[in-house]
Order: sequence, then C-alpha cells, then structure tokens
Amino acid sequence: MGEEPLHRALGLTDDELEAIRATLGRDPNPNELAMYGAMWSEHCSYKSSKIHLRRLPTQGPHVLVGPGQDAGVVDVGDGLAVAFKMESHSHPSAIEPYQGAATGIGGIVRDIVAMGARPIASLDPLMFGPLTEERNRWLLEGVVAGIGGYGNCIGVPTVGGEVKFAEPHSTNPAINVMCVGIAPVGRLITADRQVHEGSLMVLIGASTGRDGIGGVSVLASRTIEEDAAESRPSVQIGDPFAEKLAIEACMELVERDLLEGLQDLGGAGLTCAVSESTARARLGVELNLDAVPLREPNLEVFEILTSESQERMLAIVRPELLDDVREVCTRWGLASAVVGKMVPGGKLTVERGGKVVAEVPARSLADEGPVYERTIEPPRGFAEILEDDPTFATVTADPREAFFAVLSSPNIASKRFVWEQYDYVVQGGTVVGPSADAAILRLDGTLKAIALSTDGKGRFGHLDPYLGAAHAVAEAARNVAVMGAEPLAITNCMNFGNPERPEVMWQFAESIQGMADACRAFGTPVTGGNVSFYNESGGSAIWPTPVIGMLGLIDDYRLLARPGFPEPRLLVYLLGETFAELGGSEFADVVLGRISGRPPALDLEREGALHGALIEAARGDLVASAHDCSDGGLAVALAESAMAGGTGFALALPGDVPWYVTLFAESASRAVVSVSPDRAGDLEALASAHRVPFSRIGETGGPRMVFDTLFETTVEEARAAYEEAIPKLLSG
Amino acid sequence: MSEGRPRVGVVTFPGSLDDRDALWAVAFMGGEGVPLWHADHDLSGVDAVLLPGGFSYGDYLRTGAIARFAPIMEEVRDFVESGAPVVGICNGFQILCEAGLLPGALIRNRTLRFICRSVDVRVETSLSSLTEGLVPGEVLRIPVKHGEGQFVASSKDLERIEGEGLVTFRYCAPDGTVDDEHNVNGSANGIAGVRNARGNVVGLMPHPEHAVDPDVGPTGGQPLLASLLSRALMRS
Amino acid sequence: MKHRFEILVQLKPGLLDPQGKAVQGSLPTMGWTNVSDVRVGKHVALTVDAESEEAARAQVEEMARRLLSNPVIEGFRILAAEQVGG
Repeated sequence: MGEEPLHRALGLTDDELEAIRATLGRDPNPNELAMYGAMWSEHCSYKSSKIHLRRLPTQGPHVLVGPGQDAGVVDVGDGLAVAFKMESHSHPSAIEPYQGAATGIGGIVRDIVAMGARPIASLDPLMFGPLTEERNRWLLEGVVAGIGGYGNCIGVPTVGGEVKFAEPHSTNPAINVMCVGIAPVGRLITADRQVHEGSLMVLIGASTGRDGIGGVSVLASRTIEEDAAESRPSVQIGDPFAEKLAIEACMELVERDLLEGLQDLGGAGLTCAVSESTARARLGVELNLDAVPLREPNLEVFEILTSESQERMLAIVRPELLDDVREVCTRWGLASAVVGKMVPGGKLTVERGGKVVAEVPARSLADEGPVYERTIEPPRGFAEILEDDPTFATVTADPREAFFAVLSSPNIASKRFVWEQYDYVVQGGTVVGPSADAAILRLDGTLKAIALSTDGKGRFGHLDPYLGAAHAVAEAARNVAVMGAEPLAITNCMNFGNPERPEVMWQFAESIQGMADACRAFGTPVTGGNVSFYNESGGSAIWPTPVIGMLGLIDDYRLLARPGFPEPRLLVYLLGETFAELGGSEFADVVLGRISGRPPALDLEREGALHGALIEAARGDLVASAHDCSDGGLAVALAESAMAGGTGFALALPGDVPWYVTLFAESASRAVVSVSPDRAGDLEALASAHRVPFSRIGETGGPRMVFDTLFETTVEEARAAYEEAIPKLLSG
Repeated sequence: MSEGRPRVGVVTFPGSLDDRDALWAVAFMGGEGVPLWHADHDLSGVDAVLLPGGFSYGDYLRTGAIARFAPIMEEVRDFVESGAPVVGICNGFQILCEAGLLPGALIRNRTLRFICRSVDVRVETSLSSLTEGLVPGEVLRIPVKHGEGQFVASSKDLERIEGEGLVTFRYCAPDGTVDDEHNVNGSANGIAGVRNARGNVVGLMPHPEHAVDPDVGPTGGQPLLASLLSRALMRS
Repeated sequence: MKHRFEILVQLKPGLLDPQGKAVQGSLPTMGWTNVSDVRVGKHVALTVDAESEEAARAQVEEMARRLLSNPVIEGFRILAAEQVGG
C-alpha cells in the first residue's frame, strides 16, 4: 500500500522490531505488534530514562517496596505501612482539562489500591502558563474542577499540592498527581506474595470500550466500520462513582485476604496489567478475550488489549476463593469476569473464539523493553544566562511596591481559589490541610501522623538542572521538618521535554544527579515515581521540573509546629543564613524582569542540620511557630506567618546588606520561627548544638507588618492583596 | 429499654463517603454507631438514624435522587412516622428532601463550584433532634464541603417553612448576623438546615461529624451530636 | 414493541438557575449581547418495551414523575416517541 510500515506507525523503531523478531523467533503478528507498541513506548518502558534512574538511591531501613511495583511502600512503625506514588497526566489534560485531571486522579488512586492500601490523601502539583492568557485560565479552571470533581466523589481528601506559573507551560501544562494510602504491613500486596499455577485472573469493574486507543488505532484502518472513528475517543472519561465502588470492593477483598495479586489497569490497559503481573509471578498466562466484558460490540483484539477504559482492576485469585471474590464484587455493584489462568512457563497467550491470536513472553513485554543511552549535551547559550546575575543589578524599585508585587505574584499569592474546591476533610484524619508547609494526617489508632509535601523548582532547574532538582528535594524535606516530621522517603515526577534532544537529556541526567545527591544526604530514598517526557511544542520545552513528593513521620501529632505567629510579643528568629543570591528568584522575575543567574547555593550538610534542629524544636515544644523560608524570600515567609496567625510583626533589617537581598533572596536552608522570650535561650542553644546559624530579627505583635524603617503595611492589607490576586486574574 | 449507650444507625449507600466519619463521631461523643446497609430492610433496632454525607450514586441524575429509592428507605420512612430522630447530613439532607421527608430541594452552589470551608451557622430553633437544649441565636462553627448545597423552594413553600419555624440553621457571620456575604452557597434566606413539623427529622448541609474533634478542626458539631444522642437515649 | 422516548427535564420557571445564569453571563463576552432568559435543563433518552405506544408513554410519564425529575423544582415534557426495531 506504500504506507508507513505497521511497526513504525505503532511507534516502534526498526531496531526494536528486530529485537522482537529475535525474541519470538518469527515475525510478530499485528496484535503482538500492538502489544509491543504499547509496552515499549516511552511512557510504559522508561527506555530513555532507565539508565539514569538507576543512579537514584532506592533502599533504606524503612523501605518495604521500592520502585518497580504499582507504588512504593514505607514502614512507619506500629505495624503500619504507607504506600505512595506520584504520576503525571499532562498530555490528556492539555486536551480536555477536566477529564484529563480526573482520570489522572483515578489512575494514581488505583495504583495505591493495587498495593492493598486504602487511599487516605492526594496532593496535586500543577504548572500552568501565565493567567493573563485565556487558554491558561481555561486549563486551570478545568483541571481544578476535574481534580475536585473526581477526588471529592471518591472520598479521598486532597490535602496539598502546588500551583506554579511559567511561560513554557502555556502550551504544555504539567499536571502531577500524588496519592498516599495506608495498610497494616501484613495486608500489603507485593511481589513477595506468591502466585500459583492454576490461579485465575479476574477483571473487576468497568466494562472495556475504545477509550484511549490513540496511536494503535492505525491498525483498524484495515477493518474499520464507517462511524468507528468517532467512537475512538483519545480522552478517557472517568466515572468516580465506579472508582469508589472499586476501592471499597478491593479493600474488602484485601482485608479478607482473598487475593494473590492485584493490579491497576492504566496505560496500555489489559496488556500492561497482565504482562506485568505475569512476569512478576514468574509464570505464564492464558488470556481469554471472549470473557472480557465489553461496553460495545465488535471490539477488535488489539482494541481489547490496549483499551484504557477507566476504573478497572485485575485480581489474581485461587480457584477455591473465586466465589467469595465474585460475591464481594457483586455486593458492591461491580462486574467481575475470569479472563485468564496462570500456567507454567512464561508465555502470555491470548485467545479469542478458540484461536490463539497473540503469544509473546510476558517478561519480554514487561521487563525487557529497550534501554537507550541517549546523547547528552548542555544547551547553547547556557553560560550566558548564568552570568547574567540579577544580584548585581541596579535596583530602583520602591520597597513597598516590590513587596506587594512579589506577594501578589501568582506563584506566591494565595491558592485558596484552588484548594477550597477540594474536600480536605473527609476521612477525619486531616490535622493540617492545604496552605501550611506540609499536610499532616494522623494515623488512626496511634499518636503518629504523616507529613506530606510536594515541591518543584522549575525556575531554578531552568538555570541549573542539578541545583533545581537538589533544591526541590531540600525544600520538600524542609517543609516536613519545619512542622516537626522526620523526612523518610520520596516519590517523584520528572517533567521534561523531548528526550531525543541532547539538551533535554542533559537536563534529565543533571536533575537525576541532583536528586540522588540530595536524597542520599537526607536519607530519603526514592520509592518510585514517574517520568513524563515530550512536554514541548515547536521545539520549545518546559523547564526541567522534577517534582518531589516527600513523606515524613511525626511521632506525636500534638507536638507539631504550625506556620502562623500565634500571639504578640514573641521573638522572631531566622534560622539559617541569607546570602546575596537573587538568581532565579521571584523578585528578580517580577520586579527586575529577569530569569537568569545562578540559583542559590545549596549546602546539603547545612540543610540537613536545619532539619534536625527544626524537628527537635517541634518535639520539644520549643517554638511557637515555624515556617519554611523559600519562594519569595524572607519577606514572604514573614508575611505568610503574620497572615496565618493574624498577628503582625516588626522586623529589624541588617544595615550592611541591600534591603532587597535581605527580603527577597531565596537562599536555601532557612526557616522563620517565633519563640516566647523565656525560651529564646533554649532555641539558641538548640540551634548552636545543630550548628545552625541564627539571628534574632524581630518581634510579633500588632496589626502592622513593619519592615524596619523601609516601609510598613498592615496584615489586613497584605491579606487582601495575597487573597485577591488569583481570583482577580481568573475573572479575566 | 437497653442500658448503656444510645445506638445511632448510619446508612451506607453506594458512594457514601462520610459514613465512617459519622460512625466515628457518634462513638467519640459517647454513643454506639451501627452501620446499616442500603439494600437491607433492617434498622437493627437503633434509636436514631443518620444519613451521611458523600456522593451516593455519584450524585448522578440529581443528588440523592437514586438513593431515596433504596430498600432501607422504607424502614426509614416508618421510623420517621414513629417520631424517631432521623438526621440527614449533606448528601443525607439531599436524600431526605428527594424522599419528601423534608421540604425544599438542594441545587448547585451559586458559584457553580465546590466549596470546602469552616463556616458559622446560627441555630434558629431548639425544636429539633439536633438542637434540643440549644439556645436560638447560638453560633456554631462547622465545616461545609459541597457543590450542591443551595437550598431552594417555591415561594409558597418558603413562606410555610419560615412561618412554621422549620428553619433550623442559617449561615451567618461570626457574630450571628445573617447576610449575603456569609451565605456560602446562595441558599434562600441563608438556610443551612431545616426540620419537619414534628422536629424529629432534621437535614443540614454542614458536617457536624467533622466538628467534634478539636485536634482536626472546630467543635461546633459537639452540641448537635450531644442533642441527637440524648434524643436517641430517650427512645432506647 | 419498542419505542424510544426523549424527555426534557427543566427547572420550574421562576426558580433561580445558576447554570443558566452562568451561560447567560458568558455569551456577551463572546459577542452575543442579544440573549436573555437562559435555562439549562436535561435531556433523557430511553427505549421502552411495551404492548403499545400508549402503554409505554404512560410508563415513561411515571418514570419521569418519580425518578427522572424532582417535582419540587422540575417539570418534564415528552419531546418525541419513535418506534424502533428489534
């Protein structure tokens, strides 16, 4: 026909086709090609990122499950385990923001359920283009409505996240979603659980339609019906009600120990779930497509195999327990169908109408995808951007105006518009919800709580990918430590451009190194995560943005520190030191109009020392408040503490430093704390013991925020600017 | 007749979300929470029934429209007839309205957005299962979290509701002033909850079950659940 | 025999319609300043198997009264009925 060869249309290279031929010992048939096309895609196989991801620390004393399963799991003591993971759903959200975001939530929640854990929280780091453009307003409103619409309906509180704005995201919003779940250690469903020959694969939940069959649709051109094109949506539609039922049914199955395995159906649908669980079990499987409940008639083999219809789970069940499993599903209003049987060997054999329509080794699909070592090269012009340091610019801005410009800049301003659309209360465990440094969720039956924070430093990463990644880890750890929690482990989502471009691959490699070094320094291994490549249009990529999801642990949630100044006449201290470094700061961007220079330095040892001091201070009930000092610098940290507590402050500025450095430099390893005067000595001693520099910078009290003799404003005036900025922008 | 704690049944419909939270809150306040299943015809001899918050049936078609036909609603109806205390929180309120056990209806918030926030509500009457012993005018701080909480009724029905003193809660400012600024979803006359004429059935959009534990939020729900438990105790 | 019915469910006149209001507010920004009184309703389609169209229609009206609409705030109208094969 003179068209593109089938394998190329499915996204496979000629070399990949050769590898498949060598594995099978023959040519693959179209169905098998469709399966390989899906499983060996970048999204499923991580072929461009695997060699770099291997450099990340993944082990630690608390880690029960590292990367490679549906989610990572950490032991938090008292017989409890926390499963958590972050993923992206950026590309679907750019097309249909509500459903893209909604189905993103659905997918990550099912990953947690697949570990046997009950989902107890979700967090959503989001990145959009400037709100001055209507399309970006449309995207933000749709994505937030979708996260709320789905998340609220399934009863998982959305307790945190971030919303950041940058020009490169105009055509490529980044939508990351993180879910956290809890399970008694013995109830976890991990690769250690033995799967036996003769066990049955049971497909639970929604019926299978043509959702999400994008690239694979080329296969249908051979046998297409006239109106089939319309019924091949590229965007999946989520049904949160079905998801809620699936969660409850799976929780019951898991609690009653009825399962040998449980897997979510996400990207690459049935092919992925079946091949991964079969490979993990070191067995083979006979899959019977006639048994798969279909939403519409006449689905072709490749469609059933790669459909991304939502709200489906795959369970592996001993035959003698099948009736119990089906009874649970029926009681919760869910369909269940035996679609496969585990057999010896390692082949994934697919049958339809009594005939074998595909047969490939499961491991070849799931584990033996290509591994690429792509070319790496720093971008041109890079050195020039670094040299253009705004720290040495001539600053003529009026301090008061600069303060309000930074405070009301979209990256800094209140995101209440967003998080008030999320139910952060359901399940009754949210001790601290959105808008503090970290979300705090207590663990039922104990005094413990977990602390959760998500952080990305795209602007820093643009200037120095190594530092951007390291800063993201440092800030995430600082955000949980400042509340009194010990950082335990991370999940992450890598948001990058096209990996076939050497500059992007360089950014990726540098970011991985920065993340690895910081994780080692803080003892926070990587338990899993996601890589999202190809976030670019017209050769212009998003800034390299690793987003970190940090899990911390508090032994006694009654002893946590909160950011707000609680009362007057407390002494305000800055823990850590401010240096003359404005590169990549919000001040430089918003007031000086420059995104350039080197990001602030990061001394990992100093940072770790600060964490130790903050945790001890909180546990010793030593500080009245504690708040991370980062985006926007000290001025913003002080203003946020004042607004959160309803109490103003008076700040003394050091005489020998430019005001804009003191107020707006975004130096690392700092926190703003308030302490009652009679405990100030203890605080100073504690800081010294941890070798954390400190300076007394002011006092709380009154309705005003007094920045030395430079300028002053009131808490209420600041609050008005801070709270109104985003709603004003959204009303166009 | 039974000694010990009053038994409050909490019905789980497919899609109920705050059912576990309601059971927990009942226990926290000293009662015994009894889980009830939508498909059963059995109230397990409880002393009070609570229809919890959530998205029963995904809120599909209309909030509460499908849940009101659940098998257990027959028993709930009889229970109401007998004068027993029946409380509907958020989605539960919507179900009671759809079932005709309370007047009016709940539609989308006027902002067309879901809102999760702690608000102040003013108690309007002590003649209900939730407000016995409370003083009209008292202000309680309780979270709301809903997308369809705007209370509406025909002008005739609204007149009757006001005239007969069926309004049980109104959204208000911290000092008790009822005004538009503090009307979180645009409800007619700031109505946050209503009772039936007999006072045994009450529905409200705010979530008292999420306002009993000082460790996680405000405690405006404590007096309401205390009132429910004492009414339940009287029946047991 | 089978008939396919289409039912329109609408908010009763006089009741505030937040969705209609939002739509009405958006149209001028798109260039239409000549639109008023926007109401947003629901369209339900279903196939009923009964002995006759009249029998089916009676059943559909009851379904509409009891489930598809909330008589407190909504009214309904059967828009169309068409016999379908099978």
